[in-house]
Amino acid sequence: MNAALEPALADRIHARFRLGWGGFALDVDLQLPGRGVTALFGHSGSGKTTCLRCFAGLERAAEGYLAVNGELWQDSAAGVFVPTHQRPLGYVFQEASLFPHLNVRRNLEYGLKRVDASSRRVSWEHVMELLGIGHLLERMPGHLSGGERQRVGIARALLTSPRLLLMDEPLAALDLKRKNEILPYLERLHDELDIPVLYVSHAPDEVARLADHLVLLDQGRVVAQGPLQQTLARLDLPTALGEDAGVVIEAYVADHDQAYHLTRLAFTGGSVLVARRPEAVGQRLRFRVHARDVSLALSRCEDTSITNVIAATVCELAAADTPAHLLVRLEADGTPLLARITRRSSDHLGLAPGLRLWAQIKAVALLGES
Amino acid sequence: MPLTDQDFAALRLTLELASLTTVLLLLIGTPIAWWLAHTRSPLKGPVGALVALPLVLPPTVLGFYLLVTMGPHGPVGQLTQTLGLGTLPFTFAGLVVGSVFYSMPFVVQPLQNAFEAIGERPLEVAATLRASPWDTFFSVVLPLARPGFVTASILGFAHTVGEFGVVLMIGGNIPERTRTVSVQIFDHVESMKYAEAHWLAGGMVVFSFLVLLALYSSRRGKPGLG
Repeated sequence: MNAALEPALADRIHARFRLGWGGFALDVDLQLPGRGVTALFGHSGSGKTTCLRCFAGLERAAEGYLAVNGELWQDSAAGVFVPTHQRPLGYVFQEASLFPHLNVRRNLEYGLKRVDASSRRVSWEHVMELLGIGHLLERMPGHLSGGERQRVGIARALLTSPRLLLMDEPLAALDLKRKNEILPYLERLHDELDIPVLYVSHAPDEVARLADHLVLLDQGRVVAQGPLQQTLARLDLPTALGEDAGVVIEAYVADHDQAYHLTRLAFTGGSVLVARRPEAVGQRLRFRVHARDVSLALSRCEDTSITNVIAATVCELAAADTPAHLLVRLEADGTPLLARITRRSSDHLGLAPGLRLWAQIKAVALLGES
Repeated sequence: MPLTDQDFAALRLTLELASLTTVLLLLIGTPIAWWLAHTRSPLKGPVGALVALPLVLPPTVLGFYLLVTMGPHGPVGQLTQTLGLGTLPFTFAGLVVGSVFYSMPFVVQPLQNAFEAIGERPLEVAATLRASPWDTFFSVVLPLARPGFVTASILGFAHTVGEFGVVLMIGGNIPERTRTVSVQIFDHVESMKYAEAHWLAGGMVVFSFLVLLALYSSRRGKPGLG
């Protein structure tokens, strides 16, 4: 078959890569949305960076096909391989990799001036403001902190107005403080720019916070791919997330309780109370509920200190990370939830698909907290 | 005047030879060094060893084979004669060819080290920023490898100035055409003109010291990729 693209694929990314060397083989077939953030998630050695390098053309898969929003970048069957420098992409490396002989301004201009003025869609001012680097322009890379360097690296990639932004664990080389300094910038990127992002990470929290779509990789193969919420709530996956199994819920600020200093976050299927948030009513927020923080009850107990109790239905039970535990997938009016309980409790409660019960949420991890 | 006209002629010839050789070596040595720094070919070892040979061979051996190859009966000699260029031995052009081989490792090795120190990453970064391979070479590799180019030029130049064996074998000793400073000193000594020999020899010592001084003082910490 050859290069002709169906119109239906115009706003999608289709990638198929097969390559192997030494003991490693990558064999993936990805159908990704043409917008939003897609996380490539997996342990080190799972092939996520290699996969990203294939997208960039830095690695040439022996068998490869890549079409990005209607443009063909690679099709080994038809002998098509667009070299990296002709692909309209941005790449953020794990270490910022700024050119040491150029100051920040000239690093930023390096990519910018190699792009036709007619295809520039991202403005200099916007990027300066988005990443807060306007005051660093005359500095040399050696005189920047790790976080500043990474922000400049991201800005440099954005200024080429990429049609696909590839990020290879941009936060991995940073300590927690720097990470928290950059995450808000990445979130703004997600909210303000209409550029599809492929984000490689092995940090569940980053993924939960930034991604809309999730690809789970293991040993060079795709274990699962799909929208973040649904994919995280799947039970048939090897416990790639281990003890971190859990779901991400997208909610909005419903109201504030001034007296008790609480904020109510509402979502389809219920609401939770959390410590007072600075966000205004109506603001969207993501939070994460770990399976280990959810316990189940057949009746709604009033005499408990747990505030967040949600009505849900049991959908499915599966083995958890230990023989003593089970993972239970619940649904609260369309919102998936996971609970990690002991096998003993499950038998005691007589859990079975279709059973209505109450999910008690002991802790809610808000994402986007800095 | 301590230096004779012949001394000056020898000095001028030496500088011309060294300058031309250095320029040619930068042109020829850069792609060789680049290839050696980036190839995964099994030929890397043999080619590297071949380039390094002049480091260990007596210059007379190198000179001898060049003489035979470029002579009237050698393959290169046959070729140059067919092209109507005559033969290269005992000409300035022959000296240049000999010097290029002789000083090759002094240019290729610093360049290879510099290219290897840069690594693949800056090249990949440049490619993701839309720079073609040539563009990348001039905008990223050249500036980052500059210390390597400075070292290579100085060593190539200085080493050519100091050659003797190769010059004598393929250049002979023709005033103003192939008689370089080192040969001129040899001549002075042979004819017992020690005073004249001193002036040139002392000059060479000072020159070499200054070159090495410049080289070592210019070696500062090289910045890595930020």
